[in-house]
Amino acid sequence: MMTIACPWCGARPENEFHCGGTSHIQRPPLDCSDATWGDYLFVRANPCGLHAERWRHSYGCGQWFNLLRDTGTHEIKAVYAMTAPMPEPAPEAGP
Amino acid sequence: MSGYRLPPPHGAWLDRSQPVRFSFNGQSIEGFAGDTVAAALLAQGLMHIGRSYKLHRPRGIFSCGVEEPTGLLDIGLGPLRTPDTRATDILARDGLVCASGNCWPSLNFDLAAVNQKLAAFLPAGFYYKTFMWPHWHLFEPLIRRLAGLGTAGDGPDPERYDEVSVNTEVLVVGAGLAGMQAAVSAAGAGRQVMLLEADVQPGGWAASQTLRPGSEAAARLAAARCDLARAGVEVQARTTVVALYDHQLATAIESLEGAAAPGRIRERLWKIRARQIILATGSFERPMLFPDNDRPGVMLAGAVERYATHYGVACGERVVISAACDSAYGVAQSLVAAGIEVAAIVERRPERELGGEAQAPHGVPVLHSSVLVGIAGKRAVRGVQVAGVGGGALQAIKADLVASAGGCTPNVSLYSQAGGSLRWLDAESMFVPERLLPGVAVVGACAGVFDLEAALTHAGQVGRSAPGGLMPTAPVGGTGWVPADNQPTLAALSALSTRGGKPGKQFVDLQNDVTASDVELAARENYRSVEHLKRYTTIGMASDQGKTSNINALVLMGKATERRPDQVGSTKFRPPFKPVTINALAGGRSGERYRPLKRLSARDFHHARGALFEEFGGWERPAAYPLPGEGLIAAAERESAEVRRGVGLFDNSPLGKIEVYGPDAAAFLDLMYVGTMSTLAVGSARYGVLLNENGIVMDDGIVARLAPHHFWVNTTSGGVERVASAFEEWLQCEYVDLRVFIVPVTSQWGNVTVAGPNAWRLLDQLGFDAAMAPARMKHMTLRESTYAGQPIRVLRASFNGELGYEINLPASQTETLLARLWEAGQDLEICAYGVEALMIMRIEKGFIHVGADTDGTTLPGDVGLARGVDKKPANFVGRRSLTRPAGKDPERMQLVGLQAVDSRTRLAVGAHLSLRPPPTQAEGWVTSSCFSPALQQPIALAMLKRGTQRIGERLSAWHLGTSIAVEVVKTPFFDPTGERLHG
Repeated sequence: MMTIACPWCGARPENEFHCGGTSHIQRPPLDCSDATWGDYLFVRANPCGLHAERWRHSYGCGQWFNLLRDTGTHEIKAVYAMTAPMPEPAPEAGP
Repeated sequence: MSGYRLPPPHGAWLDRSQPVRFSFNGQSIEGFAGDTVAAALLAQGLMHIGRSYKLHRPRGIFSCGVEEPTGLLDIGLGPLRTPDTRATDILARDGLVCASGNCWPSLNFDLAAVNQKLAAFLPAGFYYKTFMWPHWHLFEPLIRRLAGLGTAGDGPDPERYDEVSVNTEVLVVGAGLAGMQAAVSAAGAGRQVMLLEADVQPGGWAASQTLRPGSEAAARLAAARCDLARAGVEVQARTTVVALYDHQLATAIESLEGAAAPGRIRERLWKIRARQIILATGSFERPMLFPDNDRPGVMLAGAVERYATHYGVACGERVVISAACDSAYGVAQSLVAAGIEVAAIVERRPERELGGEAQAPHGVPVLHSSVLVGIAGKRAVRGVQVAGVGGGALQAIKADLVASAGGCTPNVSLYSQAGGSLRWLDAESMFVPERLLPGVAVVGACAGVFDLEAALTHAGQVGRSAPGGLMPTAPVGGTGWVPADNQPTLAALSALSTRGGKPGKQFVDLQNDVTASDVELAARENYRSVEHLKRYTTIGMASDQGKTSNINALVLMGKATERRPDQVGSTKFRPPFKPVTINALAGGRSGERYRPLKRLSARDFHHARGALFEEFGGWERPAAYPLPGEGLIAAAERESAEVRRGVGLFDNSPLGKIEVYGPDAAAFLDLMYVGTMSTLAVGSARYGVLLNENGIVMDDGIVARLAPHHFWVNTTSGGVERVASAFEEWLQCEYVDLRVFIVPVTSQWGNVTVAGPNAWRLLDQLGFDAAMAPARMKHMTLRESTYAGQPIRVLRASFNGELGYEINLPASQTETLLARLWEAGQDLEICAYGVEALMIMRIEKGFIHVGADTDGTTLPGDVGLARGVDKKPANFVGRRSLTRPAGKDPERMQLVGLQAVDSRTRLAVGAHLSLRPPPTQAEGWVTSSCFSPALQQPIALAMLKRGTQRIGERLSAWHLGTSIAVEVVKTPFFDPTGERLHG
């Protein structure tokens, strides 16, 4: 189980949080095609590796924020505000 | 009778001043405080204590710890019984009752032992191959009964369990010498350290070497304990780490069993988060393979030594050691020092391959390049037969105990759980951790370091290293040379056949009865992958998870397929490391505490009125107030009639209440609701439906405007948390520029609903503000006022079609108001009504109940709310999804009313509607149903294909094979013009 660094409350156990899925999804305009709207609703990338996702500290401050997480190792590379752009992940440490 | 108690001072962990007495299969067993059940049984000379899982062969105690595969007992009686518990892992205590699990009618006369005669027909995969026709399920019950896995406790467990969560800088798992060294070093570097030990005392492997001549183990242990205390390390004994998860979360089970006093806590679940975890979990001994190596009296050599040092128990009178490693010689030294006769060491390796420390005690013969090829005796060992690796003459040795030493297996279970991979050491024939993991270090024997000095140096360095820093490489090795293959050679086995003997089975997995020939069969049938091997033969799948069998299995598979053990690979270890009781994991969250219900603050008022409480949306609420002898349904029907005749009191406190505040509150609610809230006048209220982004009806309720920037939002009582978090998510993640606060206040505000023709008369009598009279206060308006000095918010609304006032007030005042209304209403035919009566009245009015009449496919148009969508020009959540083809499908389900044609039969909720008898496609289904006291006949709501266009049509409602003719009707059933709203 992960430890997540809430921007407001600090490092707290994962079960205090709720994952809201992939972040940075743009809502298409309402006059888009049904196919575009369907993709927005249902289609996600599900990558093995880095994944930007939004989490809420439900049993804490109640605030939403973004995480950059490696889905393979659960390593959390960055925690950033809901409205901030996705940061560049730090380069891997040398051997 | 072979095992016996050694005289004092042997038995370092015993308190001989405290005798204990317990029962095993009805027989009284005497031991001492400090004994495990296994130690006390062995001291009493009991070798044969159980029957095996599949073949029902006699089995005894094999090890002296958590790895025990065969010494499994049912511990306790009735609801306290825990099945299949390791006798080596349970402390003996007065009054304990334990029994062998897998035998019937008795241990010595076990009917299913006939399986042994059939063993030739029960190889791996036998069940898969044989019981296919006509169907496995036909045979399964009988086979399950024969296979027996002990007996579960009957009835709820009366004992207490506990759970704690802790954070520490460094967690060290295992208090052997290496673990203690790492803990002391880490504490010395100024870090907070917690050290967990599964056993009752620290010491690990070193503690069982105190008898060896010239051993410094005792002195070292004493010093290490001093250092621990001085360094301020928190030591927690009898606590086994059972799992290691992401980000250094460890869970451990502390056993408090035997800690006396009734009402005590039996087990405690620890959840420990650490910046650095140092694993020092030691190693298991690997057994030798030889025919009939499962007989009671064949034990691991290290275990035999440990029983002598810790518990003062000689497991036998005359021991033969079967060895393929140097550690066997230390065991022989210990046993001789304890006064136990060692008849011989049968060494599989030639003399030249022995390490320098492999010195047999004086007078103990070592038979080099020799192996055991047979065991005499069935329920106990009477002797062994030995042959040379290259064949030759057979030698019989009289013995009552075989100590088996085939090398060491580092206990890498937790390391592997944490994601570690393994590498194979050829010389030592063992898997060791391949790489370091972030936040998880490995020291001592579980790192593959067996040289004591090297292990202590390494553990000290690891302990001093900062979390996340560079860790030193483990100096692996130190066991001497150990052959991977320790089976008797064919030549040796053929020595047996010259005497007309036939070699017995060589058991690899003692608990699941998997033999060497089963592994060979799996290889022949091409189940070569380690994962297939495991599942086909069930090797390593028993409750011991193959702690003592996995390496032998991999070596055999490698031998059969000409691969090295690391090419065969090893299966991934998964939690838990040892069997854990469900209650330990639940940590006391069972029964009422499984999911605690929210209670009404006026619970006592309802109780005094005879309320029947039930759960509704997480709240404990009155379902109805039955009179003596009256059932729930009858009470609800009576209450609904009484409300429509006089006046009813309803505790509506669980109603969802959210305050929405801010300059953009109106704009925000417009986005959330199908209805338009920005056009509400202050003091007015409007019904609203919430959709999710997919257009599905998610909740509904009334929104009232308290002030231009301030709204009072009511939701369903079960949906308020969902709605509040949806509001927050939209605000924080999508409409981030809107200035709005969301404050859920459900438990701060009570709600007393007064409904019925006499509603205002009652409030008027009690002196409520005259401005609330129905003539002056319109339906769907809200008025803020005070009553008896308390602030109140009164909403004129109705979910049952009668004149209704929803009085919101501070939650603590709910009971007082209910009591005053009750007293004042005695002349006005007042009644208290529950949720069931409300449901009857809302069905009579045709109002939907989200979640009952709607499901995960319901769009607003399906339940008669299309007009709200059409009327609203602005965007709202879910709008785009309504225009998808599925949303515009003319065949959609729509909410309608139904009445039985015979006007007598009540329809079942869930009954399917169709034109023809089944099998046919259902046209719809019944969603709500009741007997209507107002109409004096049953009525129902249903979702029906094109329903609103089919008013007057007749259909069949099918339920459990019977059908009822029904007619589709318009709703509402009762008071269609809504006149009763005005009182």
